[in-house]
Amino acid sequence: MSVKKFVVGNFDDEAVLFPAVKKVRRAGYRIHDVFTPFPIHGLDKEMGLRDTSLHTAGFIFGITGTTTAVSFITWALTTDWPINFGGKPFFSLPAWIPITFELTVLFAAVGMVLTFCWLCQLAPFVKKDHFNPRSTDDTFVMALECTDKTNDEELIAFLNSVGAKDVSVQYRETGWWLGRYDQDTVKYGKKVEAAS
Amino acid sequence: MALLRYESQARPPLVDGSKDYHQVTEDICRPVETKPSKLWWVGFLISVVLLIFGIISVAVEVIYGTGQWNLNKTIGWGWDITNFVWWVGIGHAGTLISAILLLFRQGWRTGVNRAAEAMTIFAVMCAGQFPIWHMGRVWDAFFVLPYPNTRGPLWVNFNSPLLWDVFAISTYFTVSLLFWYSGLLPDLATLRDRAKVKWRKFFYGVAAFGWTGSTKHWQRHEALSLVLAGLSTPLVLSVHTIVSFDFATSVIPGWHTTIFPPYFVAGAIFSGFAMVQTLLLVTRKVLALEDYITIEHIEVMNKVIVLTGSIVGIAYLTELFMAWYSAVPAENFAFFENRLNLNSPYGWSYWLMMGCNVLSPQIFWFRKMRRNILLTFFMSILVNIGMWFERFVIIVTSIYRDYLPSSWSTYYSPSIWEIGFYMGTFGLFFTCYFLFAKFFPVIAIAEIKHILKKNGESYKNNMTEVEQEEINKFGHDHSHDHGA
Repeated sequence: MSVKKFVVGNFDDEAVLFPAVKKVRRAGYRIHDVFTPFPIHGLDKEMGLRDTSLHTAGFIFGITGTTTAVSFITWALTTDWPINFGGKPFFSLPAWIPITFELTVLFAAVGMVLTFCWLCQLAPFVKKDHFNPRSTDDTFVMALECTDKTNDEELIAFLNSVGAKDVSVQYRETGWWLGRYDQDTVKYGKKVEAAS
Repeated sequence: MALLRYESQARPPLVDGSKDYHQVTEDICRPVETKPSKLWWVGFLISVVLLIFGIISVAVEVIYGTGQWNLNKTIGWGWDITNFVWWVGIGHAGTLISAILLLFRQGWRTGVNRAAEAMTIFAVMCAGQFPIWHMGRVWDAFFVLPYPNTRGPLWVNFNSPLLWDVFAISTYFTVSLLFWYSGLLPDLATLRDRAKVKWRKFFYGVAAFGWTGSTKHWQRHEALSLVLAGLSTPLVLSVHTIVSFDFATSVIPGWHTTIFPPYFVAGAIFSGFAMVQTLLLVTRKVLALEDYITIEHIEVMNKVIVLTGSIVGIAYLTELFMAWYSAVPAENFAFFENRLNLNSPYGWSYWLMMGCNVLSPQIFWFRKMRRNILLTFFMSILVNIGMWFERFVIIVTSIYRDYLPSSWSTYYSPSIWEIGFYMGTFGLFFTCYFLFAKFFPVIAIAEIKHILKKNGESYKNNMTEVEQEEINKFGHDHSHDHGA
């Protein structure tokens, strides 16, 4: 959660972006992130990101739902207050399948969406810094994080050579804060200091 | 890899015209960013008027009780439950399009899924009204939930199909809403970043949850969509199955059949697609989105309609056969006297249903008819009428002649407040849909961009040269290119 220095390159074609990502990584630069207007299959692998474990979370939420439904209905209808419905057994599992299934799906879906929002820091009134507003339109934006040792000019020249356009140096907040998009500069109620 | 992803020109493009990514954004955001047309205002105001009529009708029913409806002891479920099943059925197409077609990798779903999902959510909202207000003492509606209470606690009956319905419909609504909204996030971010006016920046800024389009976030987003699709697929089948259990687990002749779950699900998809056609034919015209919702989309949906319509037709015939083959007098009477006999009090509704649902969709075996927009629109209305009568036939003709002739109630017609309630749900549905079409992108922008290079017209045309290449050269050129 701090303002950092980035060198930012814009691409307008994913066919240029892919080799560029590869070259940048081979040259040893650290890619902070690539912002794209739509999902590009294979880009995560190319950037060296590991697979998401969201599926596993979904599975765990799902079996939690199953267990909740079966154990609760069993307790309610066999232990807490058994009721004789037309002489059928108190423990009538087949009749509970529909609700068990629905709760499995409900728990898995709600749990996964909440996990997704948690992991990606998505919520109403969450504000994040943007490198280029067109990254949600038609531009693929690659941001490289600068360290003390980075030579800006060299990096800019390198990005230009791999096909990036409008390469610039930008100071951006990496974390999120509570804010509104109609109030650009307010962060925690204070103005972001222009980093030197 | 690229070799595998290449799609032949023989398959018509899913996006017409020579468009780039920015053009797609412009086209789809235009209706959201410009002032609504006169037509929009007219439609919206009519919907609001209907909604107000509905609210008054429901208020009358709540104040004076369910006696305001012309239900009686014999016909305990009339228009109300007919409308409930009808709306739930319509609510099935959206999830079918977005979930099942996602799993089957059907590219054409991208043009229609957003609007269809929205339609699903609004239809389920309308459906939910009927059982809730039918309770009469609606202030006790929370009794259907298994909460710890001071009556024991006395739990709800988990063995009852009516309670399964509570769980099924509420789960379906929640999951559809989550699926729809998580898909909307990137497009809302697009609108946010284009916003020039203060309220727009604020509204879409809040609604987009701070989406940036980071690659990691997209990776998770893709995983989430896929798993939600995987969950929604059995869910959408289960919901109408459970709705059909309301009937099938009873011992009423005409209801007590094991064919109900698949028959109801096919009918739901059938009526849902008809409603999608009705809405999208108007939407694409009014919002000038013909390049995205193309004649190909309409044709494909008409194919689904003729398929599901025929499945429903087979189910009707199977029911008749089983009624005859069972040799149960009550079953025979329900089917051959109460339904098939045109001279019986409700015989006309059975034949209306047969005509609208089974005979008329057969016209879609002809390609020319599938691609005729006016005919498609007319047919979509016809199918919706037919599917409403299907539920009416199932409910009313099975119960209006009881086992005891003295309690037969051969005349049932709705009161003004029943009609008003039904009209009111149309108001609710279309009010929501008009607002959606004004404030949200009706087409999934990110998903269209995703298929643009493979299925767009301009990109496909550029492939003519490639298609005429020799096979070895084609393989060599394409098999080594990684990604893209």
